[in-house]
Amino acid sequence: MDVADVLWRLAAVLLAFLLLPLIVGQAEHKAMAHMQGRVGPMYAGGFHGWAQLVADGVKFAQKEDIVPEGADRRIFQLAPAVALLPYLVVLIVIPVGDGDAVGQAVDAGVFFVLAVMGVGVLGSLMGGWASANKFSLLGGLRTAAQLLAYELPMLLAAASVAMAAGTLSLPGILESWQWWWLLWQITGGLVFFTAGLAELQRPPFDAPVADSEIIFGAFTEYTGLRFALFLLAEYAGIVVLSALTAVLFLGGWHGPAAADLGWVWTLLKTAVLAFVVIWLRVSYPRLREDQIQRLAWTVLVPLALFQIALTGVVKVVIQ
Amino acid sequence: MNLAAAGAHPGFLSPTGVEIVFVLVGLATFGAALVTVTTKQLVHAALWLVAALGGVAVEYLLLTAEFIAWVQVLIYVGSVVVLLLFGLMLTKAPIGPSPDADSGNRPVALAVAVISAGTLVTLVVDAFRTTWIGLGTSAKGSTRVTGEALFRGWVLPFEALSVLLLAALVGAIVLSRRADPANSSAPAAGSPTPTDGGTGGAMDGGTDDAEDADPAADGEGRS
Repeated sequence: MDVADVLWRLAAVLLAFLLLPLIVGQAEHKAMAHMQGRVGPMYAGGFHGWAQLVADGVKFAQKEDIVPEGADRRIFQLAPAVALLPYLVVLIVIPVGDGDAVGQAVDAGVFFVLAVMGVGVLGSLMGGWASANKFSLLGGLRTAAQLLAYELPMLLAAASVAMAAGTLSLPGILESWQWWWLLWQITGGLVFFTAGLAELQRPPFDAPVADSEIIFGAFTEYTGLRFALFLLAEYAGIVVLSALTAVLFLGGWHGPAAADLGWVWTLLKTAVLAFVVIWLRVSYPRLREDQIQRLAWTVLVPLALFQIALTGVVKVVIQ
Repeated sequence: MNLAAAGAHPGFLSPTGVEIVFVLVGLATFGAALVTVTTKQLVHAALWLVAALGGVAVEYLLLTAEFIAWVQVLIYVGSVVVLLLFGLMLTKAPIGPSPDADSGNRPVALAVAVISAGTLVTLVVDAFRTTWIGLGTSAKGSTRVTGEALFRGWVLPFEALSVLLLAALVGAIVLSRRADPANSSAPAAGSPTPTDGGTGGAMDGGTDDAEDADPAADGEGRS
């Protein structure tokens, strides 16, 4: 592996990291507008107001960067970077195509991805505490409680796929993937996707940022670019979660003409899942805090354990 | 750290790049650990702990123990520190120094820390004095190698550890349930705990109590 090859791969990952979250963000604006029977901004840039996203970016960059007087300055300023950067790192190990089409194949890829995604939540906690604001603190508390509850089912569901494939490496899992795994692992897939939604604090699991109760949770005191970075982290999280679900449970690059068009299949599956994430935001009301906890411990964890048992049984039977 | 790095190589007078990095990361980890226990700001201590634990994960990586490194990040940085921060937020840890957090046990704690560190370092150095890891060859700590060692060679200690963890969990649940018949709201708020399963009880029991004890109790009553 020479230097040019490494640089090329890193550049590709960086490009994906800069582009895909923005595309998801724009898709969310447009999909929500149409689902709610309103048009939204339609004139900026001409076609369907595509340049509104650019205008929003410029607006964020122009805003004053305010740090509250009572805040812990350094941690307050560091928090957005801690929230955003893990998703960039995760993208490196997600395979988009057959064979070598991955930033860097990691031996324990599943664990790497889940570990680094968990680090991102530290950003919300740091921001929530350092803002010196009671709504931020409440948001941070809810974030932490939610993460602790949903980390376990997510891990168990991912472990089920790893058991089925006999490897923890993401390209390795795709190597041994068969079409009937779709049905075999469907419970695990649903658990993984739901738990991932909760970790990203997307509706219906957005109690940590519930605007009608606690303003905007941990991000209440943030303005300008730092606030935009938190928003970007949310969209990057959608991309990562959708891509991971596609790779682990929907077969990633598998599909007709996978040899040539494998990367198209990965992107397509990711895009469909990202659309589902957006769709859920428009269709479901927010869960209450105790409902969120109950769903995790009494529904998702038993389902994930059932999936692991099923995986084990089938694995032994077919051997 | 120095001893381990030096002892692991036949000729430590000409260290390789990996060894130099290992020692430097070890020093940084040690520094972060020192700040963790000496800083006056509670939440800063928890965040320095992230740096220290992350440093240990990097050390594992440098020794090619990739699987252990990611598990270290997943369990310690992703869960234990989040739990710590959760606890600190529940107690409304103030911004700025909190002098009342210092206890008089400092000298005792220091003595215990030095003694246990001395014991561990002596033990590990003595036990693995002649064991060298060839970092240049194939990964000695890959998932497959770790898994086989864990479930073939070390399966009994592994199972014993899981029993220990189970005992700790049961103990935590017992400690967190206050048997106070006079307090009428206690059974209602505590009632989700048994259905939560082992790992959940201690954590989200705390959430309900602190954040919305009354709404939770009402919800229980209605449903």
